[in-house]
Amino acid sequence: MSKAQTEQQLIIEGAGCASCVGKIEAALQNTPGVNSAEMNFADRTVLVSGTANSQDLVKAIESAGYNAKPFNDSSHTDSLDEKEAADWAYYKKLMRDTIIALSLGVPLMIYGIAIGEMTVATNTERLAWLIVGLLTLAVMFFSGKHFYIGAWKSFKNHSANMDTLIALGTGTAWVYSMLVVFIPDAIPLMARHVYFEATAMIIGLINLGLALELKARGKTSEAIKRLIGLQAKTATVVRDNKDVQINIDQVLLNDIIKVRPGEKIPVDGEVIEGHTSIDESMLTGEPMPVEKSEKDDVTAGTLNKSGMILFKATRVGKDTALAQIIAMVKRAQNSKPPIGRLADVISAYFVPVVMIISIVSALAWLNFGPEPTLAFAIVSATTVLIIACPCALGLATPMSVMVGVGKAAEAGVLIRNGEALQTASKITAMILDKTGTITEGSPKVTDVILANESDEKTILQLAASLESGSEHPLAQAIVESAMEQEIELLKIDAFNAITGYGVEATCNGKSLLFGNSKLMKMKEIELSDFTTKAQALAKEAKTPMYFAVDGQLAAIIAVADPMKSDSLCAIKRLQANGIRVIMLTGDNKETASAIAKKAQITEFFADVLPEDKANKVRELQQQGEIVGMTGDGINDAPALALADVGFAIGTGTDVAIESADITLMRGSLHGLADAIAVSKATLRNIKQNLFGAFIYNVAGIPVAAGILYPFFGLLLSPVIAGAAMAFSSLTVVTNANRLRLFKAQDH
Amino acid sequence: MMIINFIGISLIVLIIWWFWLYKPNNVVATSTDVLIEVKEGVYSPASLQVTANHPITLSFLRKDPSPCSETLLIPSLDISEQLTLNKVTKIHLQNIPPGEHVFHCQMQMYKGVITAVE
Repeated sequence: MSKAQTEQQLIIEGAGCASCVGKIEAALQNTPGVNSAEMNFADRTVLVSGTANSQDLVKAIESAGYNAKPFNDSSHTDSLDEKEAADWAYYKKLMRDTIIALSLGVPLMIYGIAIGEMTVATNTERLAWLIVGLLTLAVMFFSGKHFYIGAWKSFKNHSANMDTLIALGTGTAWVYSMLVVFIPDAIPLMARHVYFEATAMIIGLINLGLALELKARGKTSEAIKRLIGLQAKTATVVRDNKDVQINIDQVLLNDIIKVRPGEKIPVDGEVIEGHTSIDESMLTGEPMPVEKSEKDDVTAGTLNKSGMILFKATRVGKDTALAQIIAMVKRAQNSKPPIGRLADVISAYFVPVVMIISIVSALAWLNFGPEPTLAFAIVSATTVLIIACPCALGLATPMSVMVGVGKAAEAGVLIRNGEALQTASKITAMILDKTGTITEGSPKVTDVILANESDEKTILQLAASLESGSEHPLAQAIVESAMEQEIELLKIDAFNAITGYGVEATCNGKSLLFGNSKLMKMKEIELSDFTTKAQALAKEAKTPMYFAVDGQLAAIIAVADPMKSDSLCAIKRLQANGIRVIMLTGDNKETASAIAKKAQITEFFADVLPEDKANKVRELQQQGEIVGMTGDGINDAPALALADVGFAIGTGTDVAIESADITLMRGSLHGLADAIAVSKATLRNIKQNLFGAFIYNVAGIPVAAGILYPFFGLLLSPVIAGAAMAFSSLTVVTNANRLRLFKAQDH
Repeated sequence: MMIINFIGISLIVLIIWWFWLYKPNNVVATSTDVLIEVKEGVYSPASLQVTANHPITLSFLRKDPSPCSETLLIPSLDISEQLTLNKVTKIHLQNIPPGEHVFHCQMQMYKGVITAVE
């Protein structure tokens, strides 16, 4: 048996000059099993393809005088710990900044409320306010330095952000107040008001808002943390007949790994010894443990429940299914559905527009406002700058997507991107492939009706030998049936699969045909009254197939594929959501009808060739439906690609992650209903967030500019604006966090 | 008042010019591995010129603890990465199509642009 070709990446240590590249590549190329070795000197990594074991590669590099270790991108847990530590340090800094700023701002505000006017009339007041002004400057330096530096750097880059608004708002208030202190005579008597309390309070409140937002943001990524947390940190590897406990990133391809009951599977692999049951619910959402024995695949992150097993590592580091799931969920969490694009466009122009509104507002007060016009102009300009919150707009969509995609992943639903998430929420028609989607997909032979005097064993031997060349699930059922009866398979020649019809071949000089009635008709095989018998079988939801030897019908072999126990309940959930459910199958009409009846599906299409599935999708789209297509991701690829949303239904962790918009890790159709439910919940949440953020800014900015003053004499204080701005982002994040309450349905 | 109004209108014109009309000079990538710092609210360099249809590695070094700086998106190249604080995150780009490719944080408060020229 030949070994599989693989690509492995190794990190090289000790390669100090470009000439080392040749030495290392030569050492590797002289290693048996290496096809090619290419070193990236900049990265100090080498990519090796071939069949060689990682251990041999490491030895070859060591013998050339360098050190090497496999490049396994499994440092998720470490980076997660680092991220949490960094977030905690930043949270503490923000809280310290908040306390410093509010320690000055709150007493000043209380003074302002208790005493009344914060004006400068006498020299004593000037001196007192000068001291307060310098204390405020200290607050600006210690607690608000990051806003001013950020604003200045952005300005130099010809861009503007939230820091720009805060720096301009607080800076304007402070500069104006200092002008009042230093040159009061240059300012009209009624406008000699200081706003130091506003500067200190705004800095304090915005830091507080950022700190609370940081905490709330941590909760939005809980799902990905849970996935990352599934990764085992160490593995027990059998080397030289000894058990060695090593770090997960040192596990090499083809290493033999021992896993005891209660331990996590550290990397993907194939069982070579032992029998156990494995809990895969953390990845698939499937509650029942899965039995595993020799030659079965095991997946990193799943839990060994009962027996001890030895398995061979087949995928390590970033290649494991778990690592790929994590990467996909992370990617999807950061992608935006189309609904968020308008907010993106607005965000791009927002800050300069707010700056312009602030200037227009100040000019309007100066030109048309009542006395003291200058004070009103300063207050309105500052308040406009402070109340505007681009962050709430910017956060509205990504925060909800992050939580929604994460919750879906917890339920075994992998959503490719934001667009798939949004479209899934609008699906009006759902096409379900029958085999493997509504049914178990593992059919069994139920009837063998002979058409001549041959014995059943001979017929099954010929049929199974012929079908051993086919990958169709029905063919596998016949092969398995023969194996169970310990029937030896014969060598076949001239095998030919006729898509949508069946297969043909020759065996020991006999010509064999196996397939549906269309194949028999095409090959002019006389079926006589066997069509009636076939129809009777089909009415029992069995799939009858015709087997002909040397141009004569030899038998009907019927195969049945039972419906999954929870398909009916899940289909009812879809229908209850107003979704038109349609079943497609390559089976004949009778079988299709029987399954459709059991599944309570009124619309179904039988005898559908694989290429016709895409046509059905197109037909429904032409009727104005938003079409979802659910299939196994392999045979249904064109239809999945054409559908508005393609759902690939997997069994366990063996999923075609790259093949569909949404991948359902568990075989249950409840995953489909959950995917649509979580999409709808997420879109609803995004709309709430966007609506809130738009209304906040659309209403808040004119009020801050003083639009209500002519009617109600109401002008917003900059301090209130600062509090509103600080908590608007927090509200968005908190609302997104409500999605964490979403629960997938198990039954 | 005329003078104040004139100053106000001039400021508005300046804002429009500085933030929207002005085209900053690109930093031309001279190697295949370009370091971009994420610090104090900005990417440095924020405007990068690269050769189209050639591979290049962008090494993002995040020194900014703000959570806003954590996510990096390059929508036109379908790239989304989490930047780890005080570490370099490498993004390998193969065959960048000609044109402008904007990169930014989730909220578009941090912004930069890669201009790929043939």
